[in-house]
Amino acid sequence: MASRTKLSGIQRQVLSLYRGFLRTARLKAPEERRRIETVVSAEFHENARNVDRRNFVYIEYLLRRGKRQLEQLKNPDITGLSTLEVNK
Amino acid sequence: MAAAALLRRSPAARALLSPTLSSRLVASKPHSSAPAPPPPSKAAAPNTKTFSIYRWDPDSPSTKPHLKNYQVDLSDCGPMVLDALLKIKNEQDPSLTFRRSCREGICGSCAMNIDGDNGLACLTKISGASSASTISPLPHMFVIKDLVVDMTNFYSQYKSVEPWLKRKDPPPQPGKEIPQTKADRAKLDGMYECILCACCSTSCPSYWWNPEEYLGPAALLHANRWIQDSRDQFTKERLDSINDEFKLYRCHTIKNCTHACPKGLNPAKQIDTIKKLQLDS
Repeated sequence: MASRTKLSGIQRQVLSLYRGFLRTARLKAPEERRRIETVVSAEFHENARNVDRRNFVYIEYLLRRGKRQLEQLKNPDITGLSTLEVNK
Repeated sequence: MAAAALLRRSPAARALLSPTLSSRLVASKPHSSAPAPPPPSKAAAPNTKTFSIYRWDPDSPSTKPHLKNYQVDLSDCGPMVLDALLKIKNEQDPSLTFRRSCREGICGSCAMNIDGDNGLACLTKISGASSASTISPLPHMFVIKDLVVDMTNFYSQYKSVEPWLKRKDPPPQPGKEIPQTKADRAKLDGMYECILCACCSTSCPSYWWNPEEYLGPAALLHANRWIQDSRDQFTKERLDSINDEFKLYRCHTIKNCTHACPKGLNPAKQIDTIKKLQLDS
């Protein structure tokens, strides 16, 4: 960890968003919490692999979308989240 | 009277403006963030017009935002920009994305930047000029897709002025409405008509630089709508809550809002009224 290079602002924003999701997941029921963590972690890992790290327009778009989804998830009336596959 | 307000943006109405006023309007154009329209296309038939439309799709992240040209036959198209957009979406490119609903200037959904001016596509006539028309999203807003922008911040600012009736006393007759004189009702004219299309706020340079802190013309107009309401009893609290260096006083009377408003309202004047009331209180 000590040798890790300094993170850029946008990288720190992504990590803080991820952390926000994990913290919000703790407020939900244990079963739902696991599911939220799986979905969120899969989404972040997939985008980390597939998104061009210089495509700031797209990364910022994903950040804004994520923030909006996090705000929704923070609502105590929201108990969990689900995903669906879209065949194109 | 309504028709006069709706036709305000037509070229004929522009020509009626006094020379000094129209030169001021032209002078304010460089504030708009739209790029200069590209040169007209060469082989276009007399009645076709080119529309350069801003395109960006988050589902194909490798494609950068760009302007795409569409040729529209005006002889087979309605008079407004929204008609042209719908025609393009129906006949040429179903992937073109924009918000629209009422097509008569009462919902405020189709606000966009047309040839450098913010306006509602349904109330803006297709320009008769032979050059291409540039259509882009509202300036300095985050784009969700093509011409659709993220209005979250705009709406939360509207919410922050608490746009509803707040009373300390119960109504004079329990369960009945609260009466108001005709003169008191007349004070709300020029404010209640606002449809929250965001044309004014997104045309304001001051709002571009401080979109989070400065409330913007639309929210301040609605703040004044409730400050002026004779039935509302929280006037002082309302004034205090926006008496802030950023929330209110980022307005530098640039008046792009008044120029942009498709409903012919004057947000700058309403902000001025608030500023005067702040001095008195």
